[in-house]
Amino acid sequence: METFAEVLIILVVLTNLKLLGSSRATACIRTVAAQGVLLAALPLVTSGDAITLRMIAQALVSGTLKAFVLPFLLLRATRGARAGRELAPFVGYTTSILLGVALMPLALALGRKLGVTGPAGADLLAPAALFTLLVGLLIIVCRKQAVTLVVGYLAMENGIYAMGLAFAQREPLLVEMGILLDVFAAVFVMGLVARHIHREFDTLDTDRLSSLKG
Amino acid sequence: MSAAAILHLLIAFALAPLMTGVANRVKAGFAGRTGAPVLQPYYDLARLLRKGAVYSTTTTWVFRLGPCLGVAGAAAALVVAPWGGGRATLAFDGDLLFFAAALALARFGTILAALDTGSAFEGMGASREATFAALAEPSLLVGLLALARASGELSLSGIYHALTPGHLAAPGGVAVLLVAAAFGIVFLAENARLPVDDPNTHLELTMIHEAMALDHGGPDLALIHYGAALKFWALGTLVAGFVAPVHDGAWTALAAILGGMFLLSVAVGVAESVMARLRLAKVPNFLAAAFALSVLALLLSAHAKGGS
Repeated sequence: METFAEVLIILVVLTNLKLLGSSRATACIRTVAAQGVLLAALPLVTSGDAITLRMIAQALVSGTLKAFVLPFLLLRATRGARAGRELAPFVGYTTSILLGVALMPLALALGRKLGVTGPAGADLLAPAALFTLLVGLLIIVCRKQAVTLVVGYLAMENGIYAMGLAFAQREPLLVEMGILLDVFAAVFVMGLVARHIHREFDTLDTDRLSSLKG
Repeated sequence: MSAAAILHLLIAFALAPLMTGVANRVKAGFAGRTGAPVLQPYYDLARLLRKGAVYSTTTTWVFRLGPCLGVAGAAAALVVAPWGGGRATLAFDGDLLFFAAALALARFGTILAALDTGSAFEGMGASREATFAALAEPSLLVGLLALARASGELSLSGIYHALTPGHLAAPGGVAVLLVAAAFGIVFLAENARLPVDDPNTHLELTMIHEAMALDHGGPDLALIHYGAALKFWALGTLVAGFVAPVHDGAWTALAAILGGMFLLSVAVGVAESVMARLRLAKVPNFLAAAFALSVLALLLSAHAKGGS
């Protein structure tokens, strides 16, 4: 079970690198959905035999929301808009991957400093959570397209969720549901904003917003 | 130095061109053609060796040295290359750096020879080869470093001998899989294989490796082809060593690595049939992914060993 948890955590890190390196908005959305599913499955793997009905329900709800509902909303926002690929982000894709490589040891060092041991066999969970947070932040800073920015926000939320898993194995259901509701509302609003940007400027490029004059 | 190690070296020298033939045959099968005979690379080498060489008046001795350096470097790398769990003909602490340096020297010779012709296409090929190699080499070295950290050995043979299926289950063992993936990418890039370079292309603008050999002819071209085949085998042993980690006896290891190399050529043929070449601007992205995998593997193995 410990190796399995480690594999899941490494897959989460790899999805982060994929997010940094891929230029297609739809690919980013699918990757962040896969990341959400991996993280939802993680508590079931690490807790071993002590699986309760509540944990299964929690994993199911968060998995369904992150794998189906949020991607559906985002994919609907990209439809019609020519959001296929982002050609000129603020930071290029290769540079982004290399920045991600530089962030990995930083996250590892920070995660160790925190002294969060995490559940058994998942001592890398805290560093991986920090890495996911940092990657989400990096995407928000260095991309222009509205949908990709939302993907960065979702990656940050995944990082927060993973951090919660590292701190407390059995998070109260209510807290987690509260966070999920926030994210759901936020993605809903951002999807609407993206549609409005698209209708106004005929593009999803948020850089164009700077041409608005008050 | 065992008899099996020397035999592996001899087999590698003899069978290296065959691997290209196998890959080409698989590609032909996918395309619905009969394809050239598996031994075609040998016929090509023999034909080229019978020809005379023509040298442009603008070239110097550097141009003639290039192909020799290419074969010598690849052969030197092959001497320390591990085969499955067996010890290489020469194995010493730090030979992983020697391995990378020998391959770099071979590449340096080819690049210099290409630049020496003064041809625009060859200069372009040389520039691309140097760029992509500079991006691929860190992945190879960091990946080897990760393996060295995980196994506690400093020679290629020792590292690959320490790779056992049980090693995967240990904490940090997943790092080995990441390195295997990174080496796969480096293998494709360094051997000018499909997602990076198309060995079949006849358009100079898209060539990388082939563009550097445009002005070579006769025995020089034969040496370049043979050097490329040796490099394919040397880097191939690094990849096949993950697939076929056999430790009970030198002779089974030899059989395992031969099977592994054969499978690798088939896999290359299949991959080249189903994949398209990456746009040139996308290649650094692909190589950066290999680098990221290697660094992640290094961090994981260092973390598992309790280092900082």
